[in-house]
Amino acid sequence: MGASGSRLSKELLAEYQDLTFLTKQEILLAHRRFCELLPQEHRSVEESLQIRVSLEQILSLPELKANPFKERICRVFSTSPTRDSLSFEDFLDLLSVFSDTATPDIKSHYAFRIFGNTTPSHMVFVLVLLGSWGSSLELILTLSFLASCDCSLDFDDDGTLNRDDLSQLVNCLTGEGEDTRLSASEMKQLIDNILEESDIDRDGTINLSEFQHVISRSPDFASSFKIVL
Amino acid sequence: MMMAKKWAKFLRDFENFKAACVPWENKIKAIESQFGSSVASYFLFLRWMYGVNMVMFILTFGLIMLPEYLWGLPYGSLPRKTVPRAEEASAANFGVLYDFNGLAQYSILFYGYYDNKRTIGWMNFRLPLSYFLVGIMCIGYSFLVVLKAMTKNIGDDGGGDDNAFNFSWKVFTSWDYLIGNPETADNKFNSITMNFKEAIIEERAAQVEENVHLIRFLRFLANFFVFLTLGGSGYLIFWAVKRSQEFAQQDPDTLGWWEKNEMNMVMSLLGMFCPTLFDLFAELEDYHPLIALKWLLGRIFALLLGNLYVFILALMDEINNKIEEEKLVKANITLWEANMIKAYNASLTGNTTGPPFFVHPADVPRGPCWETMVGQEFVRLTVSDVLTTYVTILIGDFLRACFVRFCNYCWCWDLEYGYPSYTEFDISGNVLALIFNQGMIWMGSFFAPSLPGINILRLHTSMYFQCWAVMCCNVPEARVFKASRSNNFYLGMLLLILFLSTMPVLYMIVSLPPSFDCGPFSGKNRMFEVIGETLEHDFPSWMAKILRQLSNPGLVIAVVLVMALTIYYLNSTAKGQKAANLDLKKKMKQLQLLVASNFHRYAGDPGVLLTLLLKSNDLCKVPENKHCGVAILFKP
Repeated sequence: MGASGSRLSKELLAEYQDLTFLTKQEILLAHRRFCELLPQEHRSVEESLQIRVSLEQILSLPELKANPFKERICRVFSTSPTRDSLSFEDFLDLLSVFSDTATPDIKSHYAFRIFGNTTPSHMVFVLVLLGSWGSSLELILTLSFLASCDCSLDFDDDGTLNRDDLSQLVNCLTGEGEDTRLSASEMKQLIDNILEESDIDRDGTINLSEFQHVISRSPDFASSFKIVL
Repeated sequence: MMMAKKWAKFLRDFENFKAACVPWENKIKAIESQFGSSVASYFLFLRWMYGVNMVMFILTFGLIMLPEYLWGLPYGSLPRKTVPRAEEASAANFGVLYDFNGLAQYSILFYGYYDNKRTIGWMNFRLPLSYFLVGIMCIGYSFLVVLKAMTKNIGDDGGGDDNAFNFSWKVFTSWDYLIGNPETADNKFNSITMNFKEAIIEERAAQVEENVHLIRFLRFLANFFVFLTLGGSGYLIFWAVKRSQEFAQQDPDTLGWWEKNEMNMVMSLLGMFCPTLFDLFAELEDYHPLIALKWLLGRIFALLLGNLYVFILALMDEINNKIEEEKLVKANITLWEANMIKAYNASLTGNTTGPPFFVHPADVPRGPCWETMVGQEFVRLTVSDVLTTYVTILIGDFLRACFVRFCNYCWCWDLEYGYPSYTEFDISGNVLALIFNQGMIWMGSFFAPSLPGINILRLHTSMYFQCWAVMCCNVPEARVFKASRSNNFYLGMLLLILFLSTMPVLYMIVSLPPSFDCGPFSGKNRMFEVIGETLEHDFPSWMAKILRQLSNPGLVIAVVLVMALTIYYLNSTAKGQKAANLDLKKKMKQLQLLVASNFHRYAGDPGVLLTLLLKSNDLCKVPENKHCGVAILFKP
């Protein structure tokens, strides 16, 4: 699998397998693809774990190039203060959420963050339903691990999808050309229908739980929200 | 703790190993990225079928064909294992072998070759018992695996409200993240836009009522035509089977290629052309495209099912004829034996010691073997199906693509955008063809143990050939229909076909007498008597006594009643637990909304939030929800 200098250590692999939904082969493949984006002199194992890759380079990956949400996806998973670069662990996070075995709950949570606007805000406490924990002991251990680590996990968006977010979303989906965009009246009707279907508390915006309520009923979501290297 | 960790590590390694063993991963990924997930779902289905067939092949090969090859009597030792004298001259011709007559017929490929001795070889391998049990096991395994796949998919189903969130789903879930090819992405953009516009227009025009009576009349007319087509195709097949029986009586050299393969060709051609007819009739009906697709699938399914069953009926006719013939042949054989003995005694009057009584196996008159005939029919059908599919792909897809590509420069209109343009990959047609071929395999594998092996070869080559054809000659669909709930729909059809194709086999096993001089059950009254025989000879006598008591009808009825009651009880428990689950989910969502809307109050007081966290975690300790947990992530 390449030169011995480019292999991840077994402990690191085991740790990544514990923390993500990926299999060993997928993690090794991700590491190889990530290293290919780095310049030649920085391709050792230690450097590849510290260095950050700029957004433009990540967006050049063929799996992401054709995606209308590619920028939003990268910004959501980026943990740098300016949100314009990804480290290897961010990259693994991305692949883990988009993998086959990730639970629909995780996927819908991240889909919400990708569709919504990421605007910085102050201290935010977020409740996240995660799928694979069974005991409170494990829970507290993970909490202390997270509390002690310095980096990552920058969850700061404003928490809802309003009309602007929705119309931007629709524009992303209808492609770049001018003739494929919807007219203003069509857009208004579309958004009115969406809000009528999904907005349970009638506040004009869709928050996370309403979004998850809608998505959990869709049969297509889990199978289409997938990226495989 | 160490043991648990080691066990977890072992499980993870095993999962990694299993993921590495799965074949064709890269091919399917390439197709996914170019065509999207709906076309790739066909290839995933193909791969899954390959796995099921592989298990069936291992069972039939390892437990039936291999023991007979290693320890059974060789070719030429028994009458049933030898080509009759009359056919010997042409037994190795390619034409004869292609029809699975001649040497191919008298080999381990078919039922008739197997001897009915109770044990063979130095290991005392019980071949008739193994033949019977492997047949039953293949059917049982297929049921198990299809049901398991269906129940796994049921869990993914959200709930069943089809149109409750029409627009929201269109916006939130219509993009296929697997697409990596810019051209496909463009197509997807176009189809999504069209989808939006159509949905908006439909919404606006929902109140406009068109001429109801005209529509109803047109729909009735369309259904009438469809009915006619179905009836016509059924009759055509019946007539073709009857004709093939007439041809079988004639001398094979006088028949051309078409006469010999007429029936298989008729079935394959009908399967190819009738769906286009159905498409045409559907124009009259003017349904919404998704509904029209469902009607089309249903009609094609009815067509293929009808064809299959007419074929079976004609086959049953033929079997009954052969069974009648058997009685006559039996009488003839006793006469022939008496004549031989008389002639031998006459030749002995001169000397008291003479050559021992010996007749070459090829000269012994043979009884008709209906099981081998059934096996042969199914093998021939499978082979001709394969050829038709490949030829269709070559001509319909590849040649057409070549023509469009190269003649475009010197043609009056744009071939690529107008007619004929490149073909799209027909997912539902291909999936249905796969399902029905599998039905034929299930039906025929009891009478031709080689059939799973032939199917494995077929699926293997199909995978490579169709992958190549799709990447080379097809274009992504312009209108993409996420019939993804169709996953369970196709599995449901597979289950139905499995059930319908094992019924005739089970009927034949249970009610028809096996041929008297071919196959592992010859000489018995019914095929399943091999079980009773095994119980008598191989098990201690007390076991046989117990089992005889167990087959007491009163006991059997009581057991069936208990099973029915258990099923009912489990069903109602499952419903109750589902309702409780939904209830708890609602409670958690309420709690979540509550905390999320008041979070700014707890900004300075993590302790309160921690209490809230543990309280909601308690909710998660309920057995039904043990797979959920609640976490709070701090931002310093």
